[in-house]
Amino acid sequence: MKALAARRHHRFTPVVIVMFALLVVGGIYAAFAPSSAQADTATNQDIQEGEKLFLANCATCHGANAEGSDIYPSLIGVGAAAVDFQVGTGRMPMQASGPQAPAKPAQMNETQTKQLSAYVASLGPGPSIPSAEQVDPEKGDIANGAAIFRTNCAMCHNAVGAGGALSEGKFAPSLWETTPTHLYEAMLTGPQSMPVFNDGTLTSEEKRDVIAFVVDQREGSAGGLSLGSLGPVSEGVWVWIVGMGALIGAAVWIGAKSS
Amino acid sequence: MTTTTPSKVAGAADYLDQRTSIGTVVKNFARKVFPDHWSFLLGEIALYSFVVLLISGFFLTMFFVPSMGLTTYHGPVASMDGQLMSEAFASTLRLSFEVRGGLLMRQVHHWAALLFMAAIVTHMMRVFFTGAFRKPRELNWLIGCLLMILGLAGGFTGYSLPDDVLSGNGLRITDGVVKAIPVIGSYMSYFVFGGEFPGEDIIPRLFSLHVMVVPALILSFVGLHLLFVVLHKHTQYPGGGRTNTNVVGFPLFPVYVAKAGGFFFVVFGVLVLMGGTMAINNVWNYGPYDPSPVSAGAQPDWYMLFLEGSLRLMPGQAEIVIAGYTLSLNVLIPAMIIPGLLFTFLFVYPFVEAKVTGDKREHHVLDRPRNVPVRTGLGVAFLTAFIVLAVAGSNDLVATHFHMSLNAITWILRILLFVGPVIAFWITKRICLSLQRKDRELVLHGHETGKIVRFANGEYIEVHRPLNEQERWLRVNYDAHRPLEIEPAEDSRGVRRKSYKQDRRWQKLSRFFYEDRVEPVRPSELHEVQGHGELEGGPVAAELNS
Repeated sequence: MKALAARRHHRFTPVVIVMFALLVVGGIYAAFAPSSAQADTATNQDIQEGEKLFLANCATCHGANAEGSDIYPSLIGVGAAAVDFQVGTGRMPMQASGPQAPAKPAQMNETQTKQLSAYVASLGPGPSIPSAEQVDPEKGDIANGAAIFRTNCAMCHNAVGAGGALSEGKFAPSLWETTPTHLYEAMLTGPQSMPVFNDGTLTSEEKRDVIAFVVDQREGSAGGLSLGSLGPVSEGVWVWIVGMGALIGAAVWIGAKSS
Repeated sequence: MTTTTPSKVAGAADYLDQRTSIGTVVKNFARKVFPDHWSFLLGEIALYSFVVLLISGFFLTMFFVPSMGLTTYHGPVASMDGQLMSEAFASTLRLSFEVRGGLLMRQVHHWAALLFMAAIVTHMMRVFFTGAFRKPRELNWLIGCLLMILGLAGGFTGYSLPDDVLSGNGLRITDGVVKAIPVIGSYMSYFVFGGEFPGEDIIPRLFSLHVMVVPALILSFVGLHLLFVVLHKHTQYPGGGRTNTNVVGFPLFPVYVAKAGGFFFVVFGVLVLMGGTMAINNVWNYGPYDPSPVSAGAQPDWYMLFLEGSLRLMPGQAEIVIAGYTLSLNVLIPAMIIPGLLFTFLFVYPFVEAKVTGDKREHHVLDRPRNVPVRTGLGVAFLTAFIVLAVAGSNDLVATHFHMSLNAITWILRILLFVGPVIAFWITKRICLSLQRKDRELVLHGHETGKIVRFANGEYIEVHRPLNEQERWLRVNYDAHRPLEIEPAEDSRGVRRKSYKQDRRWQKLSRFFYEDRVEPVRPSELHEVQGHGELEGGPVAAELNS
């Protein structure tokens, strides 16, 4: 203490005290300040981090400024929803070129996905990520969703969302595992071969109805095992395997049973 | 009490017998002998599925409303609540969800329909590959083919009844096929649907066909089919003591009554188990019919898949316009000509084979498939074409499940439809001939025993154990038919025979059938081989002559 007291008249003492005071005040502010700026909306820092991630993972194809090329689409104006869907379902970054980018375990974690979305959204106005309420299947009308699904979705995704084939190796994926948010974003942004269902085509409520119908289909089938919900072909396969299999087995048994 | 019961039964039986003389019939039937083999039960699976179809179908008619009148559905199916739909569709939902046991009955009915066709096809394969269609059973083969087509008709009319999107898609294809008929097509479509497709008449019309006409026809032809089985007596597999003039087996009563009766309950049980645990045709997934939507994976039941596949494989360019009139060969060829060819093959085959064999004898002993290589090859070629078409009908599911390009699959199957049967025919024929040669080898040289003997002069031989009588009988008792011999072009007086050219054509076909053949071992050959001394025991050829 003596040493400290001895130097209290040092000419740098005021500077040290001011620095210390600033540190304390800044620390207290940092601890108690409202943190809403970080929670939902993108901060400048997110955008900067997102840009770094973009340059490291996406720019090879989409260009350093996301301007795209002849083969790869420009990402200016695709919005946060498109990035959240593509990166969140693991479709992007693509591992290999093919007829279409398949869903795979996501390469980016949630924070990174958010940062990338923030960066791409900052490039130009586009559809944003829907709120939890917009995608809540509990709030949707299943019957209306079924009717919309039947006329707009079933021709590619199968009557209950089991998926189906498109031309040249492309396909409409099964919807069993897709989260409500990703379902909404897919309708909103029309990834890959899928058409866009913007709010003019299907309102936000109608999209929620579709989500309610799709989620309802995951509960299984009323009649027993759903056999993949693939329709008559899988039923035909099973009647040969289970039906004819069991009965030919029984016939062999009856024939072999000595009289 | 117990002592009086038999006399009461006897009294009742006597009462019946005096008035109907049913006793003789029962006595004859009870003693009727049936040969024992599991493959003879395949037809029974079809028969019993048909009985299950009648029972479950009767239940369904109690609740189904065959009407295309519009109604708004309110009920337990959330995804259909408040939807506008036909009475037919609404009553299907009601009988599935609000009638006790209704869904089980519907599912049992549909599984039984699929099983009915599967059993018919398997039974046909058994009859074809063993040559059971030969004289005197050609007519019964025709009745069987007719039953198969009636089964298709029953399936088609029933499939369309619930009036869901999927069945409506099927009807739309039917409409397209009808319209493709030249000149009268569009009139026929109006006639069938009672106006512009889909109209309001088709469901009641299909209902009448499905519950009255088709089952009545099936029932009467099944009766005729079974009557012929009784008249002709059952065929039997080749083996010791079995000839074309006897039947080796067990009497109908009690053995076959127990076996066949028990089998009915096995079939019923399996069907109820399937209906209870495996969902089939969930029409509420597809929704009420409306001509605009078509869902991915829209296919008919398996037995119609070959038609769907033939349509999917056909290139669209075949549609031609002549003087403003469209000739839709792109529909006519796959939907009429290809199934026409397939069915014609089935209908005429027994007669063609009889003609090229020049065989007018009765046959009650079955062929081993290897002993008639060309027939077996043709059967496998036919199945190959059928399977290629069925796979083509499911090409979208093949694409998604095997991660292949839909376009590539279509091209591969287009080529396979023509090349596949030829390759399958050739491979099958070669396998049959090889098996026949193996049989010859076995009869001549016996089983290998693994015992090596060295003679005094240093020669080694392996000892072979001769076949026993049963084994030999099976391998030597068959006819290796030869190609037809025909009369010369000019008769003895030098006059040209009119039918010579026709005979030549038949001879060519006959050569295709029988030019490559492996003759069964003759007793003299066996004697000769036994001189070599590699067979155990003494001369065994004596039995062959007996």
